[in-house]
Amino acid sequence: MAKQINVALIGNPNTGKSSVFNILTGLNQKVGNYPGITVEKKQGTCQLERNLKAHIIDLPGTYSLNASSLDENVVIELLLNKKDKDYPDVAVVIADIENLKRNLLLFTQIKDLGIPTILAINMADRMKRKAISLNIKELEKKLGTKIVLLSSRKKTGIETLKSLISNYNSLSLTPCINSSKIAPEYFERLQKTFPNQDLYKLWLVVTQDVNFGKLNRKKINGIQPFQTESITNLKRLQQKETIARYQFINDTLKETLSIDSKNAKDLRSRFDKILTHKFWGYVIFFSILLLIFQAIFDWSTYPMDFIDNSFTLLSEWLKINLPPGVFSNLITEGIIPGLGGIVIFIPQIAFLFLFISILEESGYMSRVVFLMDRIMRRFGLSGKSVVPLVSGTACAIPAIMATRNIENWKERLITILVTPFITCAARLPVYLIIISLVIPEGRVLGIISLQGLTLLILYGLGFAAAIIAAYTLDKYLHVKSKSFFVIEMPNYKLPLLKNVGITVLEKTKSFVFGAGKIILAISIILWVMGSYGPGDFNQAEEIVLQQTEQQNLSQEELAIKLSSFKLENSYIGIVGKFIEPAVRPLGYDWKIGIALISSFAAREVFIGTLATMYSVGNDEVETIKERMAAEINPSNGAPLFNLASGISLLLFYAFAMQCMSTLAIVKRETNSWKWPLWQLLSMTALAYIVALAAYQILK
Amino acid sequence: MLSIASLKIGQRAVIKDFSVDVVPLKLLEMGCLPGNEVTLLQEAPFKDPLYLTINGSHLAIRKEMACKIEIELING
Repeated sequence: MAKQINVALIGNPNTGKSSVFNILTGLNQKVGNYPGITVEKKQGTCQLERNLKAHIIDLPGTYSLNASSLDENVVIELLLNKKDKDYPDVAVVIADIENLKRNLLLFTQIKDLGIPTILAINMADRMKRKAISLNIKELEKKLGTKIVLLSSRKKTGIETLKSLISNYNSLSLTPCINSSKIAPEYFERLQKTFPNQDLYKLWLVVTQDVNFGKLNRKKINGIQPFQTESITNLKRLQQKETIARYQFINDTLKETLSIDSKNAKDLRSRFDKILTHKFWGYVIFFSILLLIFQAIFDWSTYPMDFIDNSFTLLSEWLKINLPPGVFSNLITEGIIPGLGGIVIFIPQIAFLFLFISILEESGYMSRVVFLMDRIMRRFGLSGKSVVPLVSGTACAIPAIMATRNIENWKERLITILVTPFITCAARLPVYLIIISLVIPEGRVLGIISLQGLTLLILYGLGFAAAIIAAYTLDKYLHVKSKSFFVIEMPNYKLPLLKNVGITVLEKTKSFVFGAGKIILAISIILWVMGSYGPGDFNQAEEIVLQQTEQQNLSQEELAIKLSSFKLENSYIGIVGKFIEPAVRPLGYDWKIGIALISSFAAREVFIGTLATMYSVGNDEVETIKERMAAEINPSNGAPLFNLASGISLLLFYAFAMQCMSTLAIVKRETNSWKWPLWQLLSMTALAYIVALAAYQILK
Repeated sequence: MLSIASLKIGQRAVIKDFSVDVVPLKLLEMGCLPGNEVTLLQEAPFKDPLYLTINGSHLAIRKEMACKIEIELING
């Protein structure tokens, strides 16, 4: 039987760690979550030798083992827990040749844990251009490790890395730094209290909570937290440790690394001069934003139309070819229209993730953070809030997770609270269909389409709401937090097609499946509720025949009367009628009311719900839009979706907090129900008031 | 005493000391330690934040923090 070993890839952010992971594992990887938290867990397998397989974990990027966020904490939790099934047999620390000094800090910490550690120096292809030379043999000796020069771009060094991993048993375990030197007296006491434990591990256990206290951590290997020092003193000791490590690193590299800065070609500073320019930097950033929106609204309409038509055809085909019965009805009237509602916006989500991952991979996103920090701070946000706010145009869930690298808790909390105002991809199908129903097709000044303009205004509105809310929260929210901000400015890189491709694929997949599950469940519930009912529902035929006896209706008219009678008396109709008084002032009928309520699970459910409700008992197969356009408001005989009710709906969706998954993420990230509940109530109240005002003014 | 916030673009200096009690650990980890060299590369409008290279690492910090890092200029 083939042997399998655990390999952990560890490294600073921006070292190309994920590229190395992608090369090693190819598509033999899966992305999940660590149990109970929303940190992405990437793992895969790689065949090292004929009888040796590696199970590879790509750990979140971190600058050190002193965790200050949930993501970084994952790294240390794993490395401290020998009993974890993923505990590495060997660790590969990925370093970037240009930041070797800083990267070695993490390396020495991991080496000192007594784990066999390989140093993989990435981006070695840049050494020549940067006039860097490295005495590998000497460095290997000083660090007590094996070193491999890699280039994930040119795919060199991978085979050497694999063979080093296979021979992990021959790696030295001698620590780089004798940890008790950091604070001899303190470490002596530690040793006395726990005579049989590894000192450096103990030290990490003790200090883990100093920076990162919010976690309810289980005792590791039965060690009681030992903390006889004040937090301030422990922090001082951590500083001493960092300084001691840097001393070791500086001494080591002085003899092994040389950079001839005169001969180095510096593309970075030339790019930075333009991209972080006080004027052109902003012009370029806003042009890029415009390009992204152009892609989402214009280029993706073609695949979207195609998907919409395909689903209609599929539904039609199934209706003809499936044997008639309850189950077939469930598929053609419940599941297919419901799924169509989500599949249709795959193109837009993919485009968004494509752009965001290119911006991140290229190193440009850090420049945006740099440019925007001062401006964002006026609204109680951080420059780092730009990333969540831009990602929020795709989906609030990854966006809220992206707030983790905001150091200041108040800035982070405000970012989390206002991100759901940003127009996410799930609002888009709702916007698009309502806009196409109620906004005329004309053009302003002959160029700008009215419909496009409306969409742009809605995006602007979402952004404005987020900014205003942030400003207000900043004024009235009293949260204690220390202000501190640091961001690495990585070198520019041409994004690797493979990395971008895998990111887009993974994100789109998890988004669609995540939302797909909810939509599927809701469309089934709705279909059942719409197809069954109490009392009158079961005598529908007799009642309708009685009512229409005198009217002399054709067969077709009778069928329509019957199906609408059935829908109104089904369970869903009863619920809808009950809530109608609440939604009528906004210009909606009870069906929209139901769609609105089911949208609280996820916004994109709206269209699926209407599609399901309109197709229950309706044999005609039409596109969703045709069904909606045909709806008549029973009170005045005019189309149900008119300018007033349409605008009111658009505004409701712009402001309301309708997404269970976002609420769940906010709960996890803020560790309390207080904030998600607060979001739900205040955003929805705002939405109701604005929609009410709009309808009453416009009608 | 000069601080990082008083650097002009392109100027080099050596970090001397911090005028805060507890220096954020992250800053130290990024290489911002006494004795290391610092250069100001770019500044955002209103000189905030500042884009620096410290000990070979490229990073940006806010003016607020930069004021608290004392330096000594390197001539030439």
